[in-house]
This record gives sequence, structure tokens and C-alpha cells, in this order.
Amino acid sequence: MKTVQVNIVTPDGPVYDSQVAMVIAKTVSGEIGVLAGHIPMVAPLSIGAVTLKKENGSQEVVAVGGGFIEVRPDQISILAPSAEVAADIDLARAKEAAARAEQRLQKKQDDIDFKRAQLALQRAINRINVHEGNI
Amino acid sequence: MANLRDIKKRIGSTKKTSAMTKAMQMVSASKKNRAEQNARKYVPYMEKVQDVVAAIASGTSDASHPMLVSRPVKKTAYLVIGSDRGLAGAYNSSILRQLTRTLNERHKSKDEYVIMAIGRVPRDYFVKRGYNVIDSVVGLPDQPTFSDVKQIARKAVGMFADGTYDELYMYYNHFVSVISQEVTEKKVLPITDLAPASEGVHASYEFEPSGEAILEVLLPQYAESLIYGALLDGKASEHASRMTAMKAATDNAKELINSLSLEYNRARQAAITQEITEIVGGAAALE
Repeated sequence: MKTVQVNIVTPDGPVYDSQVAMVIAKTVSGEIGVLAGHIPMVAPLSIGAVTLKKENGSQEVVAVGGGFIEVRPDQISILAPSAEVAADIDLARAKEAAARAEQRLQKKQDDIDFKRAQLALQRAINRINVHEGNI
Repeated sequence: MANLRDIKKRIGSTKKTSAMTKAMQMVSASKKNRAEQNARKYVPYMEKVQDVVAAIASGTSDASHPMLVSRPVKKTAYLVIGSDRGLAGAYNSSILRQLTRTLNERHKSKDEYVIMAIGRVPRDYFVKRGYNVIDSVVGLPDQPTFSDVKQIARKAVGMFADGTYDELYMYYNHFVSVISQEVTEKKVLPITDLAPASEGVHASYEFEPSGEAILEVLLPQYAESLIYGALLDGKASEHASRMTAMKAATDNAKELINSLSLEYNRARQAAITQEITEIVGGAAALE
């Protein structure tokens, strides 16, 4: 099976860089699976998990907090404001963040804060899910 | 000639000061290395974002976005990146001087611009002089992460989008080397000069769902990352500048100690000579 170079980059440095057989990502318009040799494409990502299927059948999961995916035939880059490989996720911190965001959602505040809390909650839940492996 | 005890006291206190500046120099040196590393780690992200933005904006002529359009300028915003603390040589003062000069040249009244400040020194400077400071961030850590600046970056981009101002400039110290930092002005918004960061084939991309939708996500992210990049650059400059300043202070202290020691020895010798003369004089008087 042909493989493609995938790198996931965040402002705080590269997170992932490896040869991969298939990338499954959640874009704003739905889930996509990308194989090697895909036509050039750009799509914004929603907060969610990116699954990277290796040639030998194993797979890795990375939690991304938005951003976008850029696909070229020989290379796929994912640029996200934040991203963590499942093993690196700090579960306690994510749970704390989720609780905090929920608390904020309970209180009625103005729109911006509400939206921000919602996004924070999404990100935290995403991290927890990715860490526990249920996507 | 000053008396012996005074000189000794001065030598002692200068030594203590130099020990302190020396320690600060070493702390800044290690912080500078970290900051430089952070700035370097950030480069791939920045280049990628720039590449994609350039490819989209130049590739699809039908994709337009308010952030790409220059509108008539009624109000300009200046984002100035300084430090929270002093003792960094000319780090803050050179930025503030340059920005004040630019403001005086470009604008006739204070209503024509607003200022956003990162760092306590620039904030206090502009607030004290009655400038219109609409936002400020203080107490950023020495190694800021993206989430630390996200809020001010998002706000800066948001205020451009809702028309609070029509232009956004950034002022920061660009890190050239340890001994040289340059005050740099960068236009963040509207985004005008889009050149791909790396050479390469820019195949025309397929956009999912559409070019506009992508620009909608991408451009704010691009502007935010510009600001973050400048902050990292500024932090590296800050630590480098503080390191140089502290090195100069340590060197000066060393020089001062040398000249004071010389003076001390001279005074001591003079005192001894005088004592001997007195004894000899006394003995001669007895004979």
C-alpha cells in the first residue's frame, strides 16, 4: 500500500510526523478519509479526532482543536491551534477544563463568553474521548 | 582622599550588585535560549499557514474576504509589544521612541489611532501620556504559549472585522542577534503582501466546502499567528537585550571595583607612610 507523509503542526511546534497509509479527519462539512495520491485539497477542520492508519494496520489518534488540513499528492499537513497525540493528553487537565466550561455554561453570560465556553467544552470532551479511545 | 572604611564599603556593595547582575545575566541567557528555540519551533507552522493562505488568495480570484480588502482608513490601531519589567537596556525605550515618532508624523490628532499594548512598560507609558489605549495584556510568561496570546490576538482581529479600526500595525523588536535587535513595524491587517514562504509547486487546490469558507477560518488564524510570531520574536529580543544589559552592568561593576581597589590601596599606603613619618618625626624630636 502506498503511504503518504503526514505532519501535524501547531504554533508550539510539530506534534506528529510520519509515513501513513490513510488519514481520517473531521472537517466542517463532514468526515473525510484521505489516501496517498489525493488531489490537492484544503479543508477546515472542526474540533475532533484525526485517525492515522499505518501501513502495518496499527493506528494512532490525535486530538486537534480546529485548524485545517492541506492535502498534496505526496504530503498531508494539518495545521491546528492545538493538537495532542492520544498518549500525551493530560486527562486530569482535560476533565478539569470540561468541568470549568460546564460551570460557565450554567451561568447565563453574554454571547461571546458562552460561545467560548462551548468551544472549550468541545475541546475538553474531544481530548477525553481521544484519550480513552472512543471516537 | 576618601577614608578607608568608606571605600571598603563601596567595594563591598559594588561586589554584591555585580553578583546580582551576573546572576540575572545568566538567567536571561538561558531564557533567551529557550525563547529562541520557541521562535524556531514556530517557523514551520507560520510558513505552512502563509503558503496555504497565499495559494488560496492568489489561486482563486473569486474568493474575497473583508480581511483582504483595504478600506479607507479612518482609524489605525497599533499593537506594541514590550516587556513587563525593565532592566533590559533600550529594549522598551527604543520601541516607544520609534512609535511615538511615527504617531506624530502620521497623525494630526489622537482621535485617529488607538493603541493596544502587550507588556506593562508600554502600557504605563501610553496610559500616562493620555493616549487611547483600548486593550492591554500584562504578565505574560517568559515562554508564552499560543493560548496566552489567543485572546488579545482574537480581539485585535475581531475589532478590525467589526470596523473599530481599518488598519492594524504591529511594533516589536525583531531578534537579529544577541547584540542587535531591530524595532520592526509590520502591517497585520488588512492582509496585503501575500507571498508564499517556501518555493514549491502550488497546485490549484480543491476547496472543501468552498474557498470563501476556508478563508473565513484561515485568515483570522493567519493574523493571529502573525501576532503570536511577533510576540515570540519580541520575547527572544527581550531576553537577549536584558542579557546584554546585565553583561554591561557586570563589566562596569568589575571596572569600578578595580579602580576602587586601587584607590583603597593608595589610601592605605598613604596612611602607613604618614604613620611612619610621624613616628620618625617623634623619635627625632626626642633625640
